[in-house]
Amino acid sequence: MAKEAVIPFKGTAQQEEQLKSVIAQHKGQEGALIPVLHQAQEIYGYLPIEVQTMIADGLEVPLAEVYGVVTFYTQFSLNPKGEYKIGVCLGTACYVKGSGDILEKIKEILNLEVDGCTPDGKFSLEATRCIGACGLAPVFTINEDVYGRITADDVPGILAKYQG
Amino acid sequence: MEMVNLKINGQEISVPAGSTVLEAARTAGIDIPTLCYLKDVSQTGSCRMCLVEIKGGRALQAACVYPVAEGLEVYTNTPAVRNARKVTLELILSNHDRKCLTCERNRNCELQTLADELGVTEIHYEGVRNEYDVDEISPSIVRDNNKCILCRRCVNMCKNIQTVGAIDTMERGFKTKVACAFDKSLGEVSCVNCGQCIAVCPVGALREKDATDDVWAALANPDKHVVVQTAPAVRAALGEEFGMEMGTPCTGKMAAALRRLGFDKVFDTDFAADLTIMEEGTELIQRIQNGGKLPMITSCSPGWIKFCEHNFPEMLDNLSSCKSPHEMYGAVIKSYYAEKAGINPKDIYVVSIMPCTAKKYEAQREELSVNGLQDVDVVLTTRELAKMIKQAGIRFNLLPDEKFDDPFGEDATGAGVIFGATGGVMEAAIRTVADILDGTSHSEVEYEAVRGVEGIKIASVQAGGKTIRAAVAHGLGNARELLNKVKSGEVEVDFIEIMGCPGGCVNGGGQPIVSAKDRMDKDIRTERAKALYTEDKNLPLRKSHDNPYIKKIYEEYLGEPGSHKAHSLLHTHYIARDKH
Repeated sequence: MAKEAVIPFKGTAQQEEQLKSVIAQHKGQEGALIPVLHQAQEIYGYLPIEVQTMIADGLEVPLAEVYGVVTFYTQFSLNPKGEYKIGVCLGTACYVKGSGDILEKIKEILNLEVDGCTPDGKFSLEATRCIGACGLAPVFTINEDVYGRITADDVPGILAKYQG
Repeated sequence: MEMVNLKINGQEISVPAGSTVLEAARTAGIDIPTLCYLKDVSQTGSCRMCLVEIKGGRALQAACVYPVAEGLEVYTNTPAVRNARKVTLELILSNHDRKCLTCERNRNCELQTLADELGVTEIHYEGVRNEYDVDEISPSIVRDNNKCILCRRCVNMCKNIQTVGAIDTMERGFKTKVACAFDKSLGEVSCVNCGQCIAVCPVGALREKDATDDVWAALANPDKHVVVQTAPAVRAALGEEFGMEMGTPCTGKMAAALRRLGFDKVFDTDFAADLTIMEEGTELIQRIQNGGKLPMITSCSPGWIKFCEHNFPEMLDNLSSCKSPHEMYGAVIKSYYAEKAGINPKDIYVVSIMPCTAKKYEAQREELSVNGLQDVDVVLTTRELAKMIKQAGIRFNLLPDEKFDDPFGEDATGAGVIFGATGGVMEAAIRTVADILDGTSHSEVEYEAVRGVEGIKIASVQAGGKTIRAAVAHGLGNARELLNKVKSGEVEVDFIEIMGCPGGCVNGGGQPIVSAKDRMDKDIRTERAKALYTEDKNLPLRKSHDNPYIKKIYEEYLGEPGSHKAHSLLHTHYIARDKH
C-alpha cells in the first residue's frame, strides 16, 4: 500500500552535507521541523523519503511526524519537478471552459498523476489555481510558455514539441 | 493541597487547584460527554463533545481543558450546551461508517454509547465519506480508517506515552487521516505491535488480527491435538468481558471454559514463567559471576523486544537470551510433552491465550521454532477468547472452578502468577536468585520496592554477599528513558525488567477494552495487578524453583538450567532493525 517513489533519489554528498549543517543549526530548538523542511526543499527541490529520514534521524523526531507535517502544508512537495513543469489552470473560468478535459488528456498522454513527475524527469504536472489569464481560458502552461483557447485535441501536438 | 471552590449547575464543590472542569464535574457526580479526551494520554479539546457554559464566558468551553478557578460558575446541562453537543455529534456521525451491527466494537463503542446517551435518533447531515483500504498486513494490528473519528488518542499513545511514533496525522481538511509515514502499513514500519492504540481507540478503527477462525478449525480437526496455554494476566481481566468487577481473578472458570471449548489439554503459562525464571536467573548469575554483559534485560515482552531492535540495536547483547514464557512452553510441549504423550509433534497445535497483540507477531518469528515447527501455532488475545466463549454459548459466570492439566501440575507458583504485572518478573527472579546465591530458603518473598505503577523503579537486594542492583520500567517511554540513563551512566544496575505496556501485561494491548469514563475512575494497572498479587499470596508455593514439576522436567529431560538442551529449546537471538 506504500507509495513507491517513481524517480530514483539522486542526492549528492554535498547536498547531504548542507542538510546536516541546517539540522545542526536548528537541533534542540522548539519548532525546528518546519524551518528545516523549508531549507531541505531548497537544497533538494523536493522532500523524498531519503531526505525526510535524514531529518527525522537528525532532529530525533518520528518519521511519521515529519511526513505528517510535509503532507499538511501544500508548499512542501514529495515529488521532484520535471525539466518541463506543466501547470493546468483549474480556476473557475478555465474550468467552465473545459480545462478539466485538458488535464485528463495530459495525464493520459504522459501517464502521469497530478503532483507527479515522469520517470525520466522530463515532465511534472500541477493543477493550479487561477493564473490571471482568464481571457485566454482554458489555459495551461509549460515552464514560461502559455497555451490558451485550446481544446483537449490540441494537447498531443503541443506536448510533442517538448517530447523530442 | 490547595483547594478551589466553584459551582457546577448550582451545586457548590471544592476540588484541588489545577483540576479541569471535566474532573471537577465528575467528582460532583456529573457526567460530561467526551471522545478525544483520555486521562493521562490525550487532552486536546479538539472533538468539542465536552462543551459547557461558563458564567460570563463569551462562548461554550471545552471542559476537558478548562481549568477550575475560585468562584467559577459552570453549567453543563443548558439548552445551548445540549444543542451544541448534539449537533457536534451528528456532524461526527455524518461521515462515519455506521455499520455498527458488524463492527468489532458493537456495544463497546464510545461513539455508539454517546449517540444513545445524547438521544441522537436522526442524523440531519449526510457527509461525504472517504473510502480507505483496511490495513491488514501486520500480523497483530488491523487499522480501518473508515471507522476513524480522528480523535488522535492512538497517536498520542503511540507517540507520547510509548515513544514509538509509528503513526501520526497526515494530510489536512477532509483528507486528514491517521497513518504511517509514506502510507506504509503498520506491518512495514517500526510499530512494535503493543496494541496500546487498540486499547485507547474509542471506536472500531483499530483491532487485533482475529485468529479465532483458525482455532475453531483446529478444534474441529480430529487429526489435531489442540493444546492451549494461558498467560498470567488473562485471568486478571477475562472476567470483565462477562460483567465481573475489574480485578476479579477467574482462573478456575477460565480453565473450565477452555475445556468446554474442546481443547485437548489446558495448560498454564505460569509453569513456563517458572521455567523462565530458572533459565533467566541462571543466566543472570552466570553473567554476574563470569563477567558477562550487564545489565541483563528481561526478554518476556515482545513489544519491548521489537522496540529494542529498532531503537537500541547496540544493546541487543544486554537482552536475556531466554525465549518468552509461552514460546518456551510451546517448545516444551512439542518435545518433552509430545514424547511423554506419544504424539507426533507435527500433530500438536499450540494455542496461546495472551493479554498481548505483540505475541501474534512474536509467534511468527522464524527463530522461535524447533526442528522446523513454530513453537506456538496461534495466539489469541483475552478479547478473542471471550468472543469464543460467547460464540460457544458457555455461561461463563456459572462455570465451576477447575484446575489445569497434568503433566505440568495443576498449579504453578505465585512467582509465575505475578509475571503479569510490572515488577513481577523481577520479583520472581529475586525470589529464586537470592535463594540460590545464599544457598538457603528465604522466608521473605515479597519485594515491595519493585511493585506499583511508578514509571521507573530502582531497588537493590543482598544475595550471596553481593549487592544486586535492579531497575524496573513499564511502558516504552519509561523504557527509553531508563535505557538512555543506563547508556549515559546515570543509572548503574545489574538487572533490568522491561514490560512494553504501561503497568505490564495486565494492561496489555490484548486485554478487555476499558472506556475513557472508567479510566477516570480507576487505575486499570493497579486494579488488575491486585488480582495477581492476591493469587500469589494464596498459593502454597511462591518460588519458581520450588515447583515440583519444574524439578521434574529438569530431571527427566532438560538436565540443568542453561544446559545444551535447554539452550536449543528455550533460548533465542535478536535482530538489529532499521529505526523507521
